[in-house]
Amino acid sequence: MRLVLKKNDGLLKKIKAISGEDIYACYQCGMCSAGCPMGQEMDLLPNQVIRLLQIGAERQVLHCRTVWLCASCFTCTARCPKGVNLARLMEGVRLFLLRTQKEDHFSPQQMVKEPLPPIALIGALRKFTT
Amino acid sequence: MRIGVFICHCGRNIAGVVDIKALVDRVSTLENVVYATNEMYLCSDPGQRKIQEVIKEFKLDRVVVAACSPKMHGATFARAIEEAGLNPYLIEIANIREQCSWVHQDLRKIATEKAFKLIKAAVAKVALAKPLEPVYVPLTRKVLIIGGGVAGIQAALDIANGGFEVYLVEKSPTIGGHMAQLDETFPTLDCSACILTPRMVEAARHPNIHLYTYAEVKQVEGVVGSYKVTIEQKPRYVDPEKCTGCGDCAEVCPVIVPNEFDQGLGGRKAIYIPFPQAVPAVYTIDLEHCLNTEKLIVCEQCYKACGPKAINYLMGPKEIEIEVGAIVLATGYDLWPIENLREYGGGEYPDVINGLEFERLLCSSGPTGGVVRRPSDGKIPKRVVFIQCAGSRDPKHGCAYCSKICCMYTAKHALLYKHAVPDGEAYVFFIDVRAAGKRYEEFVQRVMGTDGIKYLRGKVSKVFQRNDKLVVWGVDTLSGVAVEIEADMVVLALPIVPSQGTKELAQMLKAPTDEYGFLSEIHPKLRPVESSMMGIYLAGAVQAPKDIPDSVSQASAAASKVLSLFSNKQLALDPIKAEVDLEKCVGCGECAKVCPFGAITMKKRLDKKKRKYAEVNKALCQGCGCCMAACRKEAIQVEGFTLPQLRAQIYAILDAKPTKVEIKKKEGGNEDKTAIVKPR
Ligand SMILES: Cc1cc2nc3c(=O)[nH]c(=O)nc-3n(C[C@H](O)[C@H](O)[C@H](O)COP(=O)(O)OP(=O)(O)OC[C@H]3O[C@@H](n4cnc5c(N)ncnc54)[C@H](O)[C@@H]3O)c2cc1C
Ligand code: SF4
Ligand code: SF4
Repeated sequence: MRLVLKKNDGLLKKIKAISGEDIYACYQCGMCSAGCPMGQEMDLLPNQVIRLLQIGAERQVLHCRTVWLCASCFTCTARCPKGVNLARLMEGVRLFLLRTQKEDHFSPQQMVKEPLPPIALIGALRKFTT
Repeated sequence: MRIGVFICHCGRNIAGVVDIKALVDRVSTLENVVYATNEMYLCSDPGQRKIQEVIKEFKLDRVVVAACSPKMHGATFARAIEEAGLNPYLIEIANIREQCSWVHQDLRKIATEKAFKLIKAAVAKVALAKPLEPVYVPLTRKVLIIGGGVAGIQAALDIANGGFEVYLVEKSPTIGGHMAQLDETFPTLDCSACILTPRMVEAARHPNIHLYTYAEVKQVEGVVGSYKVTIEQKPRYVDPEKCTGCGDCAEVCPVIVPNEFDQGLGGRKAIYIPFPQAVPAVYTIDLEHCLNTEKLIVCEQCYKACGPKAINYLMGPKEIEIEVGAIVLATGYDLWPIENLREYGGGEYPDVINGLEFERLLCSSGPTGGVVRRPSDGKIPKRVVFIQCAGSRDPKHGCAYCSKICCMYTAKHALLYKHAVPDGEAYVFFIDVRAAGKRYEEFVQRVMGTDGIKYLRGKVSKVFQRNDKLVVWGVDTLSGVAVEIEADMVVLALPIVPSQGTKELAQMLKAPTDEYGFLSEIHPKLRPVESSMMGIYLAGAVQAPKDIPDSVSQASAAASKVLSLFSNKQLALDPIKAEVDLEKCVGCGECAKVCPFGAITMKKRLDKKKRKYAEVNKALCQGCGCCMAACRKEAIQVEGFTLPQLRAQIYAILDAKPTKVEIKKKEGGNEDKTAIVKPR
């Protein structure tokens, strides 16, 4: 499939407003992806998320599993040579989706059934629900 | 007085914002202005000719050019009016581009008003200008070159061959610099030592070159034309005249320490020569590690072994004073400390090494005889990972710049590794490959196409130890997969930084540096080898990371600048210098206190009272004006920028007239002051 690029930075502006991160500071070295502990499970590597945003292919990003798999461990943020806070950007994308779709990414009821440490439950509630 | 005003459009740069026609009309009404005109490009040949014609036709005696910054074309226009018979200091430039049209793009009306005021101020200032003549100062036609790497050596040879005396000062016991440590050089793979050592010998033998190794510049006084320099030479404890370089002393010395030249991977004795082809071929006792101290002699092994009796434990440091007219800085680079990269195990794992260490492992005269062995256990590494941009292009680590040479030397390293270990695997992590240079891209392509060398596009996140392997977590962004490589050795391409001590040296010479500590050139494109401190020239990696061809080219360029300076017997300096009015000077000495260049001395008058007065050394004065601001009597003024001139400029801009206001005399205060009163 060939992606048709056109000007549409509304979404980008919102993500930027939420996260406060400048995606154009990224020069695509990939250091974030190289160290990401969740990388194996992701459909897009962290640097690819940023790359797609940079070239204006935001739709791809909105449908990816990566932002939900991101553990907010901040490894990428700590390593990024350009000071991009990628973990915040991931959070920005998640929040954008939660706010626009107005539906939770998972159902808290289901989660309560599993024996989880309370901190994980609270963390998940904060990250995946509106 | 007949002033002509020339207003430049600078294409659309000025004319696109400022209303030129209205400007010409208004300017023509100014006092003393007899002619005003506009021109598309005043700096062009026809533009300059126009100025010259008008000067003659209208018998102008002063000129105002309203155009770009005087830094850009001040000299051009001064030369043009000089050719037309005017003194080159009877011109004033009103900067209506950088300081007006460029910064007020959307404010056409206000910009036009501001341009008018700037021109009006220039007219007022030039009306008070005096013709000035260059100041001639003596020129010592000898040069000091600091740093004996390939750049310093090249500059020394070029200037010496031009017939002038050179003092070459090198900090370490031998000249050669980093190039002497390299194995083979990209892209031709010629042996580094083989091409360098003949040059080193040539420099040492040259009748015009005075070589001071194991020496540093301790003090520099003076300015271009006549610097007084003190060199301190550390004691070698070996008489260079007697030492034959036989090495009998080192054989018997009981102390073994890491050899700096081998990046600490090999050993040397306390009495040593860094490498066999070192120049001068004289041994040195490293007193820090020698069993003897300055006070106590407990070991005499080397003394006894030395045939020609060259060893003298009582040698002291030597101070040498010289006079030179120019200085070339060629102190080169260091690698950024590997300990800064903890995420890659820098400083923690012995098998994570830097590029220069790898050069020594490759070199047949190196500590492993050219067999690549890893430092920890001496095993031959079968899988080596090279990491480019390990710290460079990394603002978070403070090195936002590209170190320029690492792409090339890493490609070379991978290839030479494959030559040394044919069944080994090399992995290169890169972000971009920058191979702009003659035959550079071809070289990189050849390396990338070599069996067993794999280029992965991405940066490594971390390196950690697993059993006796180094695990590298990286990524290949081209295929979008995160990768893991179990390596035997990791080579980091660390940032090139200015060599240790360069900062202090630059401060001593008052030569500006950039935010990373590299020496700044006066103009990045048009004057790349001169410091803005006149008389100081730059060669090699001291100015920015550079490979050998670039270092050598820049060294030759710096040499040619020195030679052209030395082509005159005297030095003609810009006469923008402080001048003392002896009538007004009361000898308080405030000016001498504030002068940053030590150009002012207080002298005694010959009259009965023996009152003091200030005297300016024109060669030292840089025309900065500090003295002028400090003098309470307005007795010292910088030519071309006198207080009356500056006031006239300010009044013109403020549309004000000077009024004398009595200020009550305070103790030690001034009697009267001029204040600016703006008419309402
Ligand atoms: C791993 C590696 C591999 C490389 N491979 C290649 C290659 O294959 N091809 C290539 O073209 N380039 C290569 N280079 C680059 C090359 O090393 C430089 O271009 C070259 O050495 C620069 O020369 P220089 O004289 O400017 O500086 P340097 O070689 O650093 O010499 C500076 C000299 O000044 C002396 N000095 C420093 N401070 C003082 C002081 N205060 N007073 C007196 N003396 C002082 C130093 O002791 C030294 O002798 C490589 C660099 C590295 C790091
Ligand atoms: S580490 Fe930073 S600069 Fe590199 S790809 Fe990730 S976000 Fe971009
Ligand atoms: S914060 Fe998210 S994207 Fe970044 S390293 Fe951790 S899991 Fe990966």
